Amino acid sequence: MRLHNYTVLYLSGAMFLVLSIWAAIFYVNMLDEIHDSIDDGLENTKLLVIRKTIEDSTILYKDNFFESNYRIREIRPHESVAFKDVYSDTTFYTENEKDFEPFRMLTTVFKAQNDKFYKLRIISSMVEEDDLIEDLLYSLVSLYVVLIVSMVFVNNFLLRKIWQPFYHTIEKLRGYKISDQEEINFETTRVEEFKLLQKSLDELIKTNRETFNAQKQFIENASHELQTPLAIGINKLELMAEKNDFSDEQLQKISEVIDSLERLTRLNKSLLLLSKIENRQFPETENIDMNVLVKKLAGEFEELAGFKSVNMQIEENAELNILSNKPLAEILVTNLLKNAIFHNQQNGKVHVVLNSNSLTVENSGTEALDSEKIFGRFYKSPQQTQSTGLGLAIVQSIVDIYGFTILYEFNGMHRFTVGF
Amino acid sequence: MKILVIEDEPELRDILTQSLEKENFVVESAADFFSAMDKVGVYDYDCILLDISLPGGSGLDILKELKRIRKNEGVIIISAKDSVDDKVNGLALGADDYLTKPFHTAELTARVKSVLRRKQFDGQNVTRLKNISIDFDKRELLVSGKEVTLNRKEFDILTFFVANKNRLVSKTALAEHVWGDQIDEADSYEFIYSQIKNLRKKLKDHGSEIEIQAIYGIGYKLTDE
Repeated sequence: MRLHNYTVLYLSGAMFLVLSIWAAIFYVNMLDEIHDSIDDGLENTKLLVIRKTIEDSTILYKDNFFESNYRIREIRPHESVAFKDVYSDTTFYTENEKDFEPFRMLTTVFKAQNDKFYKLRIISSMVEEDDLIEDLLYSLVSLYVVLIVSMVFVNNFLLRKIWQPFYHTIEKLRGYKISDQEEINFETTRVEEFKLLQKSLDELIKTNRETFNAQKQFIENASHELQTPLAIGINKLELMAEKNDFSDEQLQKISEVIDSLERLTRLNKSLLLLSKIENRQFPETENIDMNVLVKKLAGEFEELAGFKSVNMQIEENAELNILSNKPLAEILVTNLLKNAIFHNQQNGKVHVVLNSNSLTVENSGTEALDSEKIFGRFYKSPQQTQSTGLGLAIVQSIVDIYGFTILYEFNGMHRFTVGF
Repeated sequence: MKILVIEDEPELRDILTQSLEKENFVVESAADFFSAMDKVGVYDYDCILLDISLPGGSGLDILKELKRIRKNEGVIIISAKDSVDDKVNGLALGADDYLTKPFHTAELTARVKSVLRRKQFDGQNVTRLKNISIDFDKRELLVSGKEVTLNRKEFDILTFFVANKNRLVSKTALAEHVWGDQIDEADSYEFIYSQIKNLRKKLKDHGSEIEIQAIYGIGYKLTDE
């Protein structure tokens, strides 16, 4: 959920609560005020009626409401003792509404000039509470809706504008790779928090890049410096072995040392190649006809495939041309083909498919490999102690620098698909 | 045959010198840019092994100087910098071959001989050894005048042995020569072994006077005794 939707969600909840409480208080207050004002009117009418009885004693016999709003009935004197004015709510049948409607009624007692006691009842039509609540509810709901709509509006237009540097920063970070070596240029902003965020990110990236570069440089330098001593060691041992005055056992030992040094050399070369690819030290690109390249390299492996009893087939569905560095394209194809032939079964198959934007290399195999790990460095199955485990890592890094994709699947065959 | 080794690393210079002397070449060496420039200016060589990064200057400048004074030496660049630029520049300046450190002495010997062969016979790229004759351009092997069919890898292996005759050729040197250095699987040794087995059989069947011996664990040796 996006940030401003969260704001809207929480604000609308809070708004609902506040408006409900406010509505309840408002309703009670308003009703109170209405009662108050009606009671004042009733009190006034009481005084007017009592005064009128002085002028016109006939109204003392008006013992029903009929067209007017009061009635008077005689009571016995003892009933009037300690009688206080009573305001009460009641209902009367009204002609116009053809229904019982709420009325406010004042019941009072007075002593007329003939020294008799009378009970006076005065009524006044009152607001219909249910109508009031209904009206109030409608107004409130519409107010609520208007508020929410304006909030969404404000969020979408104003907040989005305010948060824009933030989204911009995130967008920049998302596309950032530490290996790219480029500075991130954040959008300038006046918001203090965003400035702080950008500054922290800048520092973080800077230190990370420095560490990354130092590490890369170290790998490259170390590999490079190891080359010559390794070559000297191997060559000296070979010259020594040539002298022909060793026993078989001694030769066996020398051979084992040479083998270990050779392994180290291969490892070293592969690491150097990896760091060179990652440092983009193969800048020249050209248009490469992959159909020609794949056929040429597959030809190189023909005898090896024959030796391993592996049947290699190339299926050309389309012309595949890519823009890449030639040696890297060769390494990419070589590593995939080599893997497919070496990690195969007796009488297995290698199936290479060229499509207009992809290259697929399939080979027979028994069980799926861990697709998460196979492209990692030094991944190898326990049987292949001689392998450097860097072949597919090299493929991955070539794929990465050109923005190609590589996918591993297993469906009875190991299948590697490079998308260009 | 006179060869000049221009290399600043003393150990490597010694190994190259020793290895080439075994092939009965006359070998001289230079350790830095200036002594190298002196030597190429004064003497003539058949082949020069040239390191690119030297104390005092770049090997590429020596190459330029050689071409300026129109010397016709074969030049093989040996460089630790496995950079495409060096290779492209070196070859563009007229170097005959390019070898990246580290390399096997057997590989170097094969390259040196290939350069010398091309320089000497002016296009007639043929080597003879006892009763066998190898035509490198046609990729053809004749034993006592009769053609023997070899597959591509068998041919590559044989020529590598012939260039290093009576020398120990390690199985890795052989594997790298045949496959390039992108192959790092132990399996390729098995393959090499099977190819050599076929090759031996073909040579024996046709009565060749050369023989490929296995040197226990390390590699092979082609003998013509």
